[in-house]
Amino acid sequence: MNRLVRAIGRWLGLRLELEDSVGAVLTHPVPAALGGPVGWWYVFGSATLAMFIVQVVTGVGLAMTYVPAPNSAYESLQFISGQATLGGVVRGIHYFGAGAMVVLVLVHMTQVFLFGSYKFPREANWMSGSLLLLATLAMAFTGQLLRWDQDAFWSIVVAAEQAARAPVIGGFLATLVVAGQNVGGATLTRFYATHVFLIPAAIFGLLGVHIYLVVKRGISEPPVPGERVDTRTYLARYKELLRRGIPFYPDAAVRDAVVSFVAVLIVIVLAVIAGAPMLGKPPDPTIIVADPRPDWYFIGYFALLAVIPKGLESIVIIGLPALAFGFLFLLPLIRPRGERHVSRRPMATAAVGLGVLVYGAFTAAGFASSWVPVSTEGASLPAAVVGGLGPQEAAGARLFVQKDCFACHQIGGAGGRRGPALGDVAARLSHDQIVTTILDGKGQAMPSFAGAFTPQDLADLVAFLETRRGP
Amino acid sequence: MDRRKFLSRVTIGLSAAIAALVGVPILGYLIAPLFEREQDTYVAVGETTKFQPGTTTLVQFDDPSPLAWAGQTAKTALWVRGVSESSFQVFNVNCTHLGCPVDWRSQAKLFLCPCHGGVYYEDGTVAGGPPPRPLFEREWRVDAGKLMVKTQRLPTAGGGAP
Repeated sequence: MNRLVRAIGRWLGLRLELEDSVGAVLTHPVPAALGGPVGWWYVFGSATLAMFIVQVVTGVGLAMTYVPAPNSAYESLQFISGQATLGGVVRGIHYFGAGAMVVLVLVHMTQVFLFGSYKFPREANWMSGSLLLLATLAMAFTGQLLRWDQDAFWSIVVAAEQAARAPVIGGFLATLVVAGQNVGGATLTRFYATHVFLIPAAIFGLLGVHIYLVVKRGISEPPVPGERVDTRTYLARYKELLRRGIPFYPDAAVRDAVVSFVAVLIVIVLAVIAGAPMLGKPPDPTIIVADPRPDWYFIGYFALLAVIPKGLESIVIIGLPALAFGFLFLLPLIRPRGERHVSRRPMATAAVGLGVLVYGAFTAAGFASSWVPVSTEGASLPAAVVGGLGPQEAAGARLFVQKDCFACHQIGGAGGRRGPALGDVAARLSHDQIVTTILDGKGQAMPSFAGAFTPQDLADLVAFLETRRGP
Repeated sequence: MDRRKFLSRVTIGLSAAIAALVGVPILGYLIAPLFEREQDTYVAVGETTKFQPGTTTLVQFDDPSPLAWAGQTAKTALWVRGVSESSFQVFNVNCTHLGCPVDWRSQAKLFLCPCHGGVYYEDGTVAGGPPPRPLFEREWRVDAGKLMVKTQRLPTAGGGAP
């Protein structure tokens, strides 16, 4: 049996000329150090590739059932998630795989950055890689829109509004995003074609370039403090290094296989346990009660949009991503030489640390969304607050919820966090100050409620607020 | 020009011609939405008596010429505020910050946006939060006792605003 397999392998290998192509690629020499523990740092590119293949396979599967028409997409997703055999698992894999793609691409880039591997002569590896990052994010975003629920609908509107802020061509871009005057019949099919044909085609092309360069330029050797990249001597030195190298397969590839296996396993376990992501309400623009949020890895960007200073929106929305990507793309041209080891590049460590901290903070802020008024439907103040109030104060406490004060202000731990908590408002503000704040508003966030209160209601509310002297 | 140079130019020229022959129609097809004429029709959203002074009501209508497969997305929602018996304000539901749908809170007399906390007064002016301008308004007219509202493209703060 073994002999037969080997014979077939030999036959195919000769007829298909595999020795010089696949064989040469698999066994191309890599620095011998990668056979040691440091080799575990070099696994994330392969893991990303493995996850990409998972996405292609599950994506093709989903496309067999998904109907990319605005009047049927939602129902077809319900069918895939609920009725189709293993449909929920396949959608779940595609969903968690998307998150894993984003994470793995970023981890891979971070490793390459911290190891200084983007420097000479691997500038084009990095540049093709940063384009792949862009493509991955575009896939993640367009994929969320294909979920064609309420979140998806409003995300397209938000995308169009952002595109519209581009200078000069903004209006055209917005029109192309929605493919017409409004999000409607023509919009979804375009995002579908973009998600399943256009961007994947770009990814396959870029992957070809990226992997070709990885093989031909060779995997970078682990950095050594004090060993600077010199464009005149590096190539000869690297060639010499590879003379004592080890074959990529299987000496180094085994680590890639281990980590890829673990990554895919995690995605599949999550998909089996958690299943497909929940669909929101249907994509009906007349359902006004909405709470559009992107998937978790974009929440930080979503939060950024809430805190941009007034007047700078267009600059931040268009300029910041363009600048950030431009810098990322051109990084190897700015720093092609010099120290590679992270211990000699404190700024690099600081940049990564700062980036993680800042985006983490924005993500936390996005999940908290403290700038969003909370719903007052069926809400009430806790019994500890309303207990023992006189009739006027009790009426005021009810008005506090009815008139949406509750939406932005907390009392007794209940209510929104947009404005300051008011559990101690009477200790901070006088009667007149409270009245003035309600009637005239205050600052950028507190509206004037002059039109919303009768004198009696206002007196009741203020009477209630004046009982709030402690936290 | 020697023979090889000539052959090379013919090859490259013909290849470019192939790209142009296919590229022009497909690009035109893809950017066709840019050349669509603005729809300029009025649709009825209800009897004017439905919109009493001091009230703000959600209305909806269907796109007059939707694609057959548009489904729910052919619908449009608008907020109508009765200013007087014969005067109205018709607002797009889209927040002017980034387009999320604003919700009318009748007790607080405010529009609230769920995305980034934009707040508007009943006349559409900004009461708080990030919106750069008041709610977008639609042109309207009264025809045989019915409030008619102009159909319109998605309004954007950055450009293409009406």
